[in-house]
Amino acid sequence: MLKDITLGQFFPGNSFLHRLDPRTKLLCVLVYIVALFVAANWLSYGLCLLFLIAAIAVSHIRPKAFLNGMRPMIFLLCMTAILNLFFTQGETVLVHFWVITLTLEGVYRAFFMLMRILMLITSTFLLTYTTSPIALTDGLESLLGPLKALHAPVHELSMMMCIALRFIPTLIEETDKIMSAQKARGADFESGSLIERAKALIPVLVPLFISAFRRAGELATAMECRCYHGGEGRTKMKLLRYHRCDFLGFGVTFALIAGVGVLRAFGW
Amino acid sequence: MNTTITAEHLSFTYPGADDTAPGVRVFEDLNLEIAEGSFVAILGANGCGKSTLAKHFNSILLPSGGKVWVYGMDTANEEKLLAIRRTVGMVFQNPDNQIVANVVEEDVAFGPENLGVASPEIRRRVDNALKTVDMSAYSSHAPHLLSGGQKQRIAIAGVLAMEPRCIVLDEPTAMLDPKGRREVLDTVLRLNREKGITVILITHHMDEAARAQRVVVLHRGEVALDGAPKAVFSHVEELHKLGLTAPDTVELCYALNRHGFRLPLDCLQPEECAQSIWNAGKA
Repeated sequence: MLKDITLGQFFPGNSFLHRLDPRTKLLCVLVYIVALFVAANWLSYGLCLLFLIAAIAVSHIRPKAFLNGMRPMIFLLCMTAILNLFFTQGETVLVHFWVITLTLEGVYRAFFMLMRILMLITSTFLLTYTTSPIALTDGLESLLGPLKALHAPVHELSMMMCIALRFIPTLIEETDKIMSAQKARGADFESGSLIERAKALIPVLVPLFISAFRRAGELATAMECRCYHGGEGRTKMKLLRYHRCDFLGFGVTFALIAGVGVLRAFGW
Repeated sequence: MNTTITAEHLSFTYPGADDTAPGVRVFEDLNLEIAEGSFVAILGANGCGKSTLAKHFNSILLPSGGKVWVYGMDTANEEKLLAIRRTVGMVFQNPDNQIVANVVEEDVAFGPENLGVASPEIRRRVDNALKTVDMSAYSSHAPHLLSGGQKQRIAIAGVLAMEPRCIVLDEPTAMLDPKGRREVLDTVLRLNREKGITVILITHHMDEAARAQRVVVLHRGEVALDGAPKAVFSHVEELHKLGLTAPDTVELCYALNRHGFRLPLDCLQPEECAQSIWNAGKA
């Protein structure tokens, strides 16, 4: 059961978005988020929405996947909407009831806020759905590369991320095994109060940690045996290269932010 | 005869918990030479120093006394560290703990990437290594979804991609099922025979050791027996004293001999064994 957990869900495919360089996608998402915050009216929001819908269409990912991903966010979304709805000062009062005042400005604002957050989350989903974790790590390492000059441990961080991703399924499998072993000896994980259940997890966590440390030690030796000596002088099998489609991606995204910026500058 | 790895008067002591605690002495004065292109099996009961010895072959551990030479390089020389490790590759027992990346081909590329090999050359080496271990079809799979034998072959491919001249395998089949064991051992034998790579196989399985050209039995940090498998395994009583057994065929002949037969103790193949029993029965 634990094995089914997927992290940073990636849907393999060969669409236009899948073929884009991870750096392009990372930068475009960043630019898109900026565009969302620059947007201030119906027209610019419409542009952003159009852009997103087009991107989803070319990603060949079922829209249902986005809805499923949105589920844990429902509470946050509702809170944002409600706060904006009732706590926005405005002149056009629609409903006035006891201490609650609902204004037209509040409705607008709540709607825009909700749209903004929804589009923001969807765009990041689009990134992780179409980019494998390893490509994402590579892209990040490459984008943060200039920070190496400031002695930031960029390579080490991306190596750590890569190893963490590699060991998540292994450790989950191990947790499963330990839980079965403890259950076989009479441990009870399913009943009792929350505190009791948390306590029951200690005999799972202790062996899990011990084994994780042992694994780390062995992995370090194995890495040394394979000549690992940090990021210095290291090459890559798969070089990241920008292709024609990346320029198209950049072009469209920059056109969007330019459009949104112009609309804002002219005040409508 | 060219030697690849030579241990000269090797002594090694694991340091104690602190300065005052005595360490654990593993070797006092060990001498061993491994010939180029040979297939050597190292046997021994638990705690005899097999794995410790293996770790001396590529500078993971350094001798407390004496020297270990790898193709003329002193393992204690820090400048030669990378050169030694790329020449002597190492495969460990648990395949899960030596696979670094979450895509098979990325993992195989890890070694050459560390060595700073150019990208197209890495690609070539990775494809070759995967082909050699017969895993090309799995190049874009996630390692945790493979079987134990397949994972261990990926680990071997990862070492091969560094193009080593010698591979040390530290109980590579201990965690595998019989099918996985056969896959791994066949791969190793093929490497030795077709690519001329020197193989040092540390194992608990006598039938695996029987396929080597030379068997070295360690006992308490010293070489107890050394020679061709047929010669070593015919010392059945001595092996028993060292806490080991001979391959099943030899054990069978030995047991029969105790009941009055006079069978040779050097048949390592079942067919050979059956033939000699048949011959004894006729006589």
